[in-house]
Amino acid sequence: MEGVSQEVALGRSFEKVNAILKKHAYNPSNLVGILQEVQEEYRYLPEEILTYIATALGVSPAYVYGVATFYAQFSLKPKGKNIIRVCDGTACHVKGSSAVLKYVREYLGLREGEETTPDLLFTVETVACIGACALAPAMMVNDDVYGLLDEEKVKEILERYEEGREGADGV
Amino acid sequence: MSNGVEKKVVVIDGQEVALNGEKNILEVAKKANIDIPTFCYHSDLSVYGACRMCLVEVEGRGLMPSCSTPPEPGMIIRTNTARVLEARRTILELYLANHERDCTVCERNLNCRLQEMSARMGIKEVRFGERKEKVPKDTSTFSLVRDPNRCILCGDCVRACREIEGIGIYDFTLRGSKAQVEPAFGKKLSEVECVYCGQCAIRCPTAALVVKSEVDKAWEAVLDKEKFVVAQIAPAVRVAIGEAFGLPPGEITTGKIVAALKKIGFDRVYDTSFSADLTVLEEAEEFFKRLQKGERLPQFTSCCPSWVVYAERNYPFYLEHLSSARSPQQMFGSVIKNFVTRLENVPKEKIVSVSIMPCVAKKFEARRPEYVHGEIPDVDIVLSAQETIRMIKSANIDFKELDPVPFDIPLSAGSGAGVLFGVTGGVTEAVLRYAYERLTGKELKEVEFKGVRGLESVREAEVDFDGRTVKVAIVHGLARAQQLIREVREGKRYYDFIEVMSCPGGCIGGGGMPLGYPDYLAVLRKRAEGLYNADRLSPVRKAQDNPAIKFLYEQWLKHPGSETAEEHLHTRYRSRRRISDEVIRIQEAKSAQKVDVAVCVGTSCYLKGSYNLLQGLLKLIKEHKLEDKVSVGATFCLERCSQGPNIRVNDEVISGVNEENLERVFNEEILSKVKE
Repeated sequence: MEGVSQEVALGRSFEKVNAILKKHAYNPSNLVGILQEVQEEYRYLPEEILTYIATALGVSPAYVYGVATFYAQFSLKPKGKNIIRVCDGTACHVKGSSAVLKYVREYLGLREGEETTPDLLFTVETVACIGACALAPAMMVNDDVYGLLDEEKVKEILERYEEGREGADGV
Repeated sequence: MSNGVEKKVVVIDGQEVALNGEKNILEVAKKANIDIPTFCYHSDLSVYGACRMCLVEVEGRGLMPSCSTPPEPGMIIRTNTARVLEARRTILELYLANHERDCTVCERNLNCRLQEMSARMGIKEVRFGERKEKVPKDTSTFSLVRDPNRCILCGDCVRACREIEGIGIYDFTLRGSKAQVEPAFGKKLSEVECVYCGQCAIRCPTAALVVKSEVDKAWEAVLDKEKFVVAQIAPAVRVAIGEAFGLPPGEITTGKIVAALKKIGFDRVYDTSFSADLTVLEEAEEFFKRLQKGERLPQFTSCCPSWVVYAERNYPFYLEHLSSARSPQQMFGSVIKNFVTRLENVPKEKIVSVSIMPCVAKKFEARRPEYVHGEIPDVDIVLSAQETIRMIKSANIDFKELDPVPFDIPLSAGSGAGVLFGVTGGVTEAVLRYAYERLTGKELKEVEFKGVRGLESVREAEVDFDGRTVKVAIVHGLARAQQLIREVREGKRYYDFIEVMSCPGGCIGGGGMPLGYPDYLAVLRKRAEGLYNADRLSPVRKAQDNPAIKFLYEQWLKHPGSETAEEHLHTRYRSRRRISDEVIRIQEAKSAQKVDVAVCVGTSCYLKGSYNLLQGLLKLIKEHKLEDKVSVGATFCLERCSQGPNIRVNDEVISGVNEENLERVFNEEILSKVKE
């Protein structure tokens, strides 16, 4: 039955991209918006989809690739289900954000240069400031902010998201 | 100032210049003989205004880029103030900081605008740090080499590819200090839609994009006493090679080129105009037959290798319409390896066939598998005009002073018609000169078809063939060709014959020609004039009247379209898919006698509902419990977009499948095969 689920995945991918393209009336001027929505859907911008979008909009793949690489918000590599943004703004930096980043990465077992866990559950990024300086050092997981972090707290938070995995899959 | 406004003039470096519809200050300056430096400005491309070399100071407005600032009456412009010079110098230094500066061993040494500008501005020191990490060169194609370490991000290649060829293989990627110009996904040129025309390389101000050199191979061949080296010279190069030796563009230097090649050590030198005549006869004969039967029209020309590969990738439905006649280069290659061998009594292995071309895509064409027999290609080495110039220079030849030498006999002469192949519209004119006589049985008195001449990107003409009107169109630059073909497909235009050349101006604007800087369009016009003069000066102006051609048919080919001609002078085209043809496996059957079904989910078929077909098909298979006997996959394009949705059952493509007829198609095409 694995075949069928692949088929569904394939069908959905085209359906979703087509729906997004249609919503934007196949207008190349809306490329950024289209890419945002596609990334929302897939959590990253797969090469085949970018090529497909280029063909559908009548622009070259190089053009779409150029736009996708220009903006830091777009990722051409798969991103995890949960995005962890460790704040490295001035306040957090002073309060030890490098240690926080180290705890996060160690806990997730990320190797050098790796940003996403192989099970695609987590992606770790650093950001300049999330505006929670009073809670420094701070980080965000998806849309939630966590402050006054130490190794113990980081572990606790990440465990919770890990446990959430079954729940998320169950839906 | 108010005076200037009334008089509709600007003052530029103290000189009053009348305005006459100039688009930008740069053009006005040119009128006043002021040479403002530029990297990213090309009169035939859109204005980009990125390189900032052309900054000028406008009174009351400060520093302005002269390429993108329209002149206004009363403007007071200075091009050489302290501020301008300081800004230009700093910008140049910034370019140089990110540019590999080993000029003495660079492909474009003494032929580089960055180097020239640096000399002109007297840059002695670069105050900014260099980029440390080196990026590997891309040598993946036969035609071009891309060296990102020399790129200054002017974007000329980006616009050339997009605007002239309508392909756009390059773009700017990343940003800030990491910005680059590169193909999609950082791929190599061989992995993207590059048609190897070299329009990017001819506009690149540095050596970030250059012609892939075969000069060393050519030297090796001519210096090898065992080898019999035969050259053919394309029409267009004869009006351009002189440019590198101080002669004006358009001056016909055929005899000098032959002389130079003989001095270098070529054993025989022939004229590609001769094989162009051969192409005329074969292609026009084909056209004549199609006109009579009224089939496979419009006939497209096929001498431009960039156009051919573009058509193979994008117009699979038109491949039958392309003339099957090989290009003049490949026809001569075939003549050299199959007839000159006999003529000169030299075995195939000893003969080296070298073509001197305006084109870099010819390097790719020569390596197409259909033109390589066993290990032996019809054309061994392709030298662009640029490479030929280098060879002549390194052989210590004073080109300007050479006495002309004629081509070797008996395949010596090409007709005026053959010479015209080098300019846009030339193939059409040459074919018309033959087809008219063939179709009407009358002698053509006025051989010049002026209506097909000129440099407008699309030209059309109606020619009266004794009551039968033949409609022809000529287009150069694949961007315009795409548009024209779209209109033909939509039925908005009709033609019997369409000539397509990928380079502006045809081969005279080829990617392997001398750079033609600074006024490229003026250079093209002069080269075109040169070829028309060469035609006018030819004793024979129609391919069919060429005695050398008659000799070749008598001795070898018999008649146009004969079996021998078919074998040696014609070819077949194959569709080269745009998207990888890998099938996405959806359901894998285990049975050895399984039926393979692939549903096209390419853009066109998808929009026509092929996804529902896929679902329906899976359902039908399940109902019949055939999961183990029928494999199902999704494929990207079966290249029958107009007749979609398409599915493929084993090797057979079935078109026009829809939800209503799916069950019938399933029963007839799939179920029947399972039962077999």
